[in-house]
Amino acid sequence: MSVLATVRPDDWNFPLFVHIIGAMILIAGLLTGAAALFFAKGDEKLLRLGFWSLMLVSFPGWIVMRLGAQWIASKEQLDNLPKNPRWLDIGFMVADIGGLVLVITLIVGGIGVYRLQQGKGAALLKATLVLSVLLLAAYVVAVWAMAGKPR
Amino acid sequence: MRFNDWMLAFHVLAAFSLVAGSTLFWVLVVAVRRIDTPDDTLRLGPVAKVGNAAIGIGMGGTIILGVYLAFAVDGYALWDGWILAALVLWFIGAALGRQVGEAYMQGPKKALELKEAGQNGPNAELLAINRTSRGVFLHTLTSIVLLLIIIDMIWKPGA
Repeated sequence: MSVLATVRPDDWNFPLFVHIIGAMILIAGLLTGAAALFFAKGDEKLLRLGFWSLMLVSFPGWIVMRLGAQWIASKEQLDNLPKNPRWLDIGFMVADIGGLVLVITLIVGGIGVYRLQQGKGAALLKATLVLSVLLLAAYVVAVWAMAGKPR
Repeated sequence: MRFNDWMLAFHVLAAFSLVAGSTLFWVLVVAVRRIDTPDDTLRLGPVAKVGNAAIGIGMGGTIILGVYLAFAVDGYALWDGWILAALVLWFIGAALGRQVGEAYMQGPKKALELKEAGQNGPNAELLAINRTSRGVFLHTLTSIVLLLIIIDMIWKPGA
């Protein structure tokens, strides 16, 4: 069974807690941002709410998740394995590539929100929505991999 | 992956869904504090429905799969202290969550009343309802309960 179902050395628990809390906040922000952007239908306030959810919830969540990931990986000495298990590769790949895509999403969304003042930016915020839905799907796969631990 | 690994993965995904729904409501709790018009209040409705769906999936998935795993995984039993604690916290969270929902339904109800009366402008009473301190207090308690469940699941005291 996976990491969550086993009893670990005590000093692994806090880094794992940090990692999981960060991932939960990241996914929560993506869900909130995507939902607000999807239902905005051009409404400026909801578009802003969607963007700021991504910026102020998802992004800090990603940072906490990634720091926690590195911390727990070093505690479990996962960075010294001769060959990484598949779940670990999936986790690191989605975390890192997803982080880059999240930054791009925030830049695109930020420009979109700025342009709302001139009555523009809707297309950019649609792109932000698409990217945030893709990120949400990718991180759901990562959570599945982290929890189920496919070899 | 064995069957129980899949069940555990879905259990964890359900927990993520639950926290995502709860956090979504935190964003709405903050957003609604500056809203004093019926239209803007009602516009948050579809987003709140996404939060409700996430919480529903999360509550159902965590309890059903959690109880299944307690029986199916060797070395764990439903009457283990940390599992019992999680169950008690889950029921407390569910009861608190219902009350949070009731507190935050007053705003959309008032907004609908105002709309039906043809009052679409800013309304001080609506703003006061949207800023419900009871709702914030109950949602804070619910979030603390969720946090305690996560801590219990990771540390597994007594296991």
